[in-house]
Amino acid sequence: MPDIIQRATAGTMESSDAYVEIEPREGGLEIQLESVVLYQYGQDIEQSVRAVLLEYGVENALVSIVDRGALDCVIRARVETAIRRGKGGRP
Amino acid sequence: METKLVSTLEEAIRSVGLKDGMTVSFHHHLRNGDYILNLVMEQVAAMGIRDLTVNASSLFDVHLPLMEHIRSGVVTRLLTDYVSGGIGRHLSQGILEAPVEFRSHGTRATDIASEKTPIDVAFLAVPAADCRGNATGKLGRAACGSLGYAIPDAMYAKKVVLITDTLLPYPLSDWAIPECFVDYVVQVPEIGDPRGILSGTTRITRDPVGLVMAELAAKTIAGSGLLKEGFSFQTGAGGASLAAAAALKKIMEKEHITGSFALGGITGYLVEMLRAGCFRQLMDVQCFDLDAVASIRDDPRHREISAIHYAGPGTRGAVVDSLDVVILGATEIDTNFNVNVHTDSSGCLMGGSGGHTDAAAGAKLTMIIAPLVRARLPIVTDRVTCISTPGDTVDVLVTQRGIAVNPRRPELRQRLLEAGLPVTDIEALKKRAEAIAGIPRPVPRGDRVVAEVLGRDGRVQDQILSLPSDF
Amino acid sequence: MIRSMLFLPGNTPNMLINGDVLGADAVILDLEDAVSPDEKDAARILVRNALSRMGFGCQTVVRVNSLDSGLLDGDLEEIVPQRPTALMLPKTSSREDILETDRRLTALEARLGLPTGSARLIPLLETAAGIENAYAIALASPRILGLFLGAEDLSADLRCKRTKEGREIDYARHRIVMAARAAGVEAFDTPFTDVNDDEGLLADAQYAKSLGFTGKASISPRHVEGINRVFSPTPAEIAYAREVLAVIEEAKRQGKGAISLHGKMVDAPIVNRARQTLDAARALGLSGGE
Repeated sequence: MPDIIQRATAGTMESSDAYVEIEPREGGLEIQLESVVLYQYGQDIEQSVRAVLLEYGVENALVSIVDRGALDCVIRARVETAIRRGKGGRP
Repeated sequence: METKLVSTLEEAIRSVGLKDGMTVSFHHHLRNGDYILNLVMEQVAAMGIRDLTVNASSLFDVHLPLMEHIRSGVVTRLLTDYVSGGIGRHLSQGILEAPVEFRSHGTRATDIASEKTPIDVAFLAVPAADCRGNATGKLGRAACGSLGYAIPDAMYAKKVVLITDTLLPYPLSDWAIPECFVDYVVQVPEIGDPRGILSGTTRITRDPVGLVMAELAAKTIAGSGLLKEGFSFQTGAGGASLAAAAALKKIMEKEHITGSFALGGITGYLVEMLRAGCFRQLMDVQCFDLDAVASIRDDPRHREISAIHYAGPGTRGAVVDSLDVVILGATEIDTNFNVNVHTDSSGCLMGGSGGHTDAAAGAKLTMIIAPLVRARLPIVTDRVTCISTPGDTVDVLVTQRGIAVNPRRPELRQRLLEAGLPVTDIEALKKRAEAIAGIPRPVPRGDRVVAEVLGRDGRVQDQILSLPSDF
Repeated sequence: MIRSMLFLPGNTPNMLINGDVLGADAVILDLEDAVSPDEKDAARILVRNALSRMGFGCQTVVRVNSLDSGLLDGDLEEIVPQRPTALMLPKTSSREDILETDRRLTALEARLGLPTGSARLIPLLETAAGIENAYAIALASPRILGLFLGAEDLSADLRCKRTKEGREIDYARHRIVMAARAAGVEAFDTPFTDVNDDEGLLADAQYAKSLGFTGKASISPRHVEGINRVFSPTPAEIAYAREVLAVIEEAKRQGKGAISLHGKMVDAPIVNRARQTLDAARALGLSGGE
């Protein structure tokens, strides 16, 4: 599967949502996370993000997430959408 | 006539003899529109006075300049009942050496009256006063309605300085503070910004989940058996609490129930209930909006009460002790029904008891209304970050996914079940919340005690720790 | 039993999280009109995850995009494996629309290893052609759970004004109930769109019930309770139904042929109606339904 070929975003800054930005990058994965529940769920969020990236075979990308208290399934959905868009997928 | 007017704040401060190490007090009726606390502290600092204790009934973000006076040593101790988030962050970072003392509104009033926490000088912003110190909150350009929280300070401080922007002819007849307690009156151009003092109208929530909780809350009150002739009631000004009052109003009107009184902070919504005949009296310690201010000024059924009369523990009579039902909020509630309203779930100060603990202690039915999950965080925990209101005074938790009754109240649980309400237990609610949100990891804490929460019995009920240094 | 269906926008997490506590028998997670064209991909993934992880405490209907949108296959691909109660197919206008959708579903089910026919359909009839073809549509596939009237788009297609009184959709309502009942499926009424008019909602719902509709959709949580109330059997209806069954039992015991209750003949349709009422009451846990 090809890696991320273009910068893409998904989600919103509204409460219970997450805003995800993904862009091509050399040399592995970097995940930046800003969250209102960083202490309580930061590790879980990062794990989920990595799981979705793995599922899509993304090995090189910069992923930044602004989490507004989104549930796990919402974060996963936003990351997945961003990846698909970043791979050139159309709605 | 001999007046008590002095021309400057500086002169007043000199005349009352304020010195290093003394205690000054302020009230919070002007909320986030208050100019006076900053004005006084700036003057005090300019005069080189240091090491003061500030006893303020509440602090808002408008009071952030106070943090500078703490850093510079002008203020070294702080007593308060509530702090807004901006102030709370500084306090949680440990800006003060000595822990902040938090009390409930009632306990603050009682401790002032008993001189457990004596006040040397009370600096009281008043929206209107006469030259001899009769003062009211009902008139003036910055009218705030009730001055209930200022009354104990006026009665028991060794010296009292009133600060107003509206001088009216003597005698100002409808006073909250009478001249017999007042030493000096200072006129300033403006005591506050009306936009920060009151909201135009308090709005009922439009959030559908809030409305679901409100319906459940009203049905719980009806199902409790307390909703009958003479019913008495207190509620917060939060959207869901107001929506619960709206739902309650419908039931009261349909069943022709006339309550005796509504108590506490008063909103236009409670005024509407008074006018609709749902209550005979409003007992108002603080007005939240313009409708409440107009009503307390014009309607004799709408009465101002002092913080002592409202909620003082150990007095010969506080109105909270006659309350049937109170609806309160929570940032967290634990499986022992202890409630936190002091900190957010990360442990950062952002609130305080206010009248929460007092009303809970007094009411026959204390109801907490809160969404089961808020910004992914389960509302129910094993142990709240801070015990603001002890669980043995809390009877029921209403969430959008069910109602939990304190096991201390089996008869209430039975009644609510018979009323067909979705009663479950608090452990089940906790599990449900964790199933939705995941189990939160414990938040690291710093090792310094930055605040102590005093119970209504005067004992330290809980301690609040600093934030970790990397927070 | 679906009395009320509440529309929720498919790309708004805040609405999805608590959609099942708002009292509706079913939520309609909307991938169509409530989602802007450039967020279609995001909504379908979000709704898929919500269905798989949130454990909705009510029935779930997903309004997918229409056959002619080019988005339907992508929607089905994500949503069908989550086994919602039904898929709502917008702009259904003919039997062929259903047959085509049915073909795609059957192929998808085979690929996913799901039982053939497990994905149920609620055609949304919102074109003049759709209304005229209602009966053929209802019979087109055993997947059909019920017909759903969409009055907003319909009135545009009819080139008439959509009014609160709704005379312009009277024919469509009658036609849909007739077709649905003839085909043995449910009939669901269009939402009442003035969210601040509670009395109007009740009148509109009562009218729909009087025509034979099973239930009604809503675009506002405020309307859910009223709709549930209208489409539930009333205590009087339940009491009457129990009386009917009691006299039938009694007559059987006595071996009587003609039976009457309160001076009226009790015939087979009345008995059937009584059974339906009690079934509904039992399903809803209403007292008197035992």
